[in-house]
Amino acid sequence: MFVYALRRILYTIPIAIGVSLVCFALIHLAPGDPLSSVIPEGASAEMIAQIRTAYGFDRPLPVQYLKWLGHVVTGDFGTSIMTRRPVLAEVLPAVLNTLTLASAAVLFGFALGCLFGVISGYVAGTPTDRSVAAFSITGVSIPHYWLGMVLIVIFAVNLNVLPATGMGEGGSGSFGFNWDSLQYLILPALTLSVIPAGIIARAVRGTVAEVRKQDFMQTLYAKGLPGRRVFVHVVKNALPAVLAVMGLQLAQLLGGSILVETVFAWPGTGFLLNNAIFTRDLPMLQGTILVLAMFFVLINLLVDILQTAVDPRIKRA
Amino acid sequence: MSAVSKQAPLVEVEDLTVRFTGRDLDIRVVNGVSFTLDRGSSMCVLGESGSGKSVTLRALMRLFPPTATLDGRIRVDGVDVLALGENQLRQIRGGLISMIFQEPMTALDPVFTIGQQIAETLVYHEGISFRAAHARALSLLELVQVPSAKRRLEAYPHELSGGLRQRAMIALALACKPKLLLADEPTTALDATVQIQILLLLRELQHELGMATIFVTHDLGVACEVADKIAVMYAGKFVEAGSAEQIIGAPRHPYTQGLMNSTIHADMRGVKLDPIPGAPPDLTDLPPGCPFAPRCSVAREPCLGLQPELVALEGGQKARCLQYGAAPSFAHAPLLQAS
Ligand SMILES: Nc1ncnc2c1ncn2[C@@H]1O[C@H](COP(=O)(O)OP(=O)(O)OP(=O)(O)O)[C@@H](O)[C@H]1O
Ligand SMILES: [Mg+2]
Repeated sequence: MFVYALRRILYTIPIAIGVSLVCFALIHLAPGDPLSSVIPEGASAEMIAQIRTAYGFDRPLPVQYLKWLGHVVTGDFGTSIMTRRPVLAEVLPAVLNTLTLASAAVLFGFALGCLFGVISGYVAGTPTDRSVAAFSITGVSIPHYWLGMVLIVIFAVNLNVLPATGMGEGGSGSFGFNWDSLQYLILPALTLSVIPAGIIARAVRGTVAEVRKQDFMQTLYAKGLPGRRVFVHVVKNALPAVLAVMGLQLAQLLGGSILVETVFAWPGTGFLLNNAIFTRDLPMLQGTILVLAMFFVLINLLVDILQTAVDPRIKRA
Repeated sequence: MSAVSKQAPLVEVEDLTVRFTGRDLDIRVVNGVSFTLDRGSSMCVLGESGSGKSVTLRALMRLFPPTATLDGRIRVDGVDVLALGENQLRQIRGGLISMIFQEPMTALDPVFTIGQQIAETLVYHEGISFRAAHARALSLLELVQVPSAKRRLEAYPHELSGGLRQRAMIALALACKPKLLLADEPTTALDATVQIQILLLLRELQHELGMATIFVTHDLGVACEVADKIAVMYAGKFVEAGSAEQIIGAPRHPYTQGLMNSTIHADMRGVKLDPIPGAPPDLTDLPPGCPFAPRCSVAREPCLGLQPELVALEGGQKARCLQYGAAPSFAHAPLLQAS
């Protein structure tokens, strides 16, 4: 187990290098000149050459990459073209905001998904099961930015009980665990949680129903175990498969949602990406994407290790 | 419970019927089974696939989905099994009565260790701590002769061979000292040498612990090895019952006779096997007469219309066939098929 975890951690190094390569290449793959937003209109050819040299674009690509990588690993992600502030100083608070939003959505979504999934897995084939299935399919298929707008109209505009957008007066700096701050979290988190809730409900339902069809369930009942103890067996058997799905959903949520964060003006990574794309702020775009990609890699690593820990049949040592 | 005298049989089953009903399901699987079993003795239920052997066995602890309806009377050690509520039923299961299944491969939970699975039964039935239960689990594994039991306690089912797994299953079943052990084809999934070891172990344990045992099997060899009594099942009924010697030595029902003729013995090289023609009847649509009549070589006209009763023959043997019944017209009716 420990050896496996260690090896799995080592495997992430080449993956991380690959990810950084892609992020680096992004600048050169993006259509148009990466410097177009920096070079003033009507600049002379000499001036353009000067700017190119200043940004290091005259060097061969591998050198550029290594230099960039060197900066990145020391925490220097460059300077935002728009705000003239270090990219990291912009990305980190955004990551924190997205994390806040994602955690709330995960709490909502996973709890709902597990609850409904277990219920319908236990009554598979009944009308209750079918109505849960209908709900989760609806949840998965509703466009969530649209749902977000509907929620804003209902709760912020018509009922006027919750704020429509933003993170509150002091922005992300003063966000805390109190109603003044949390009320801003409710609508976007609810909106974001619907899709994972639906996906997880379906995954849990399938896995639970499958486990309950196994022969050993007979043995558990024949031993005279009470239902709650049998449930422990069901959970432990279903866990590895469900964890894998949860990991994917978690990674997705942590990536932030451009649409939902934009609808709710939530200053997270999605919001940041959206701005960076529209202003052609390449260093910002690159930095944000790199951080998000690293998150994905990390979550995958955690899920893998967790799965190995809970399922004795996976022997990977 | 204690009011029952030691002489009363441990198991009394009277006119048991089991029926499954559902949305597009209505099947009568067991159609009036009656038998008794004394304390410490063993019975074997023989019969073709689908004849209702497993369902009869499960009925004794009501191990069914909600689609099952049970009727008749089942008393085990003075307990009216069909009248029990959920909680009392749980106490019976794994306590008074326990069960071994056919597939040791899939009958154990793959993500719990053998020790945990044995111990949890003890925890729930005897209210002892998990640690004490774990220690008891170790002595149970030693009882069923699992080598290096201590190590096996921490093993997961997939880490054991089929034979060891079935031993673990037996240890699990014996955990709370049941008075009745149900074994549904406990050796079918194992290879021949392991089969014999498991059978010998079961017979030894049965004598040692004084349990009554009901075996289900297709295998005549297994039946005569372990059983005091044998019952032969066909289409949800016992068609013949008697002592092991009677059934093996002198079967009286045409179905049992056919079963004997279609079984391979060691000394049968060169002897022509004589399988029973046809297939068992559809349980959703049973014929009005004897369900075996369409396949029977000695069936006569009345067999198609009359349901035979279980008739007592000499020596306590019983057979459900019109030729032993009182119907006087039977002997004069022509055979349905010439053979
Ligand atoms: N839960 C159930 N719902 C519906 N039908 C069932 C159920 N359990 C068993 N049956 C039916 O009951 C019949 C008898 O089944 P049973 O398992 O008792 O046969 P068996 O004699 O044990 O056969 P085998 O030797 O193959 O194990 C089968 O036709 C089966 O389809
Ligand atoms: Mg069976």
